Amino acid sequence: MSKVKKFMYVNRRAPYGTIYAWESLEVVLIGAAFEQDVSMAFIGDGVYQLTKGQDTTGLEMKNFSPTYSALGDYEVTKIYIEKESLEERGLTLEDLQHLTWEDEDDDWAEKDSIQLVSRAEMVKVFADQDVFFNF
Amino acid sequence: MKFTIQVNEGPYQHQATDSAYLFTKAALEKGHEIFRVFFYHDGVNNGTRLTTPPQDDRNIVKRWSELGAEHDLDLVICVAAAQRRGIVDDGEAERNGKDATNIAEGFRISGLGQLVEGAIQSDRLVVFGD
Repeated sequence: MSKVKKFMYVNRRAPYGTIYAWESLEVVLIGAAFEQDVSMAFIGDGVYQLTKGQDTTGLEMKNFSPTYSALGDYEVTKIYIEKESLEERGLTLEDLQHLTWEDEDDDWAEKDSIQLVSRAEMVKVFADQDVFFNF
Repeated sequence: MKFTIQVNEGPYQHQATDSAYLFTKAALEKGHEIFRVFFYHDGVNNGTRLTTPPQDDRNIVKRWSELGAEHDLDLVICVAAAQRRGIVDDGEAERNGKDATNIAEGFRISGLGQLVEGAIQSDRLVVFGD
């Protein structure tokens, strides 16, 4: 196997309106088995994917939002949220799920997966990646 | 350079599939290697042989099949996306009890791991879609 690559999954769309968000998450979960250096970014309407309290009963669609809380178990521990995207939509971090992971090198301490970054900082995060999966 | 191509949109509805085809063809003509073409989301509809476009229009599915045969391309349709949208080969028909198949010549159905492997093995993953 070649060297570990930095994978960035970019999530740009609201959930349910289209299937991109759900099928993106499916790639992330399958891709975890390949042991690459994985990050996820939520920008634009993509920030809605992580909102708390989603209820899809009236839509007759599966509520897949609980799946995000499993990402830590898949060793997906770097989740970047764009600050401006939240603000433009009147949201704060309080409106999003609290995603965590357990650090085995630190006595399984529970750590935050979500990092709130500005648009300018997100550019720097992106510049450091090898591969983009754009959804 | 070694490329993996990801096609995220359906044929005719969206130009992404035309652009992906033209990019793939041009890359091959320039001597680049196409490690794999991976069809995801509605892109899986690029692989149904039952498509019947008007005669004065391009035949997107046939075009992929022909390019695939000419260059021995690995045209892979995502199984999870295909099951949702009814793209079926012999194996899928048998597994899921379907009475027909519709996969086009030169395509195969496989898992998302094929996309991730493509991204690892290639110099560039080029994604076509919105």
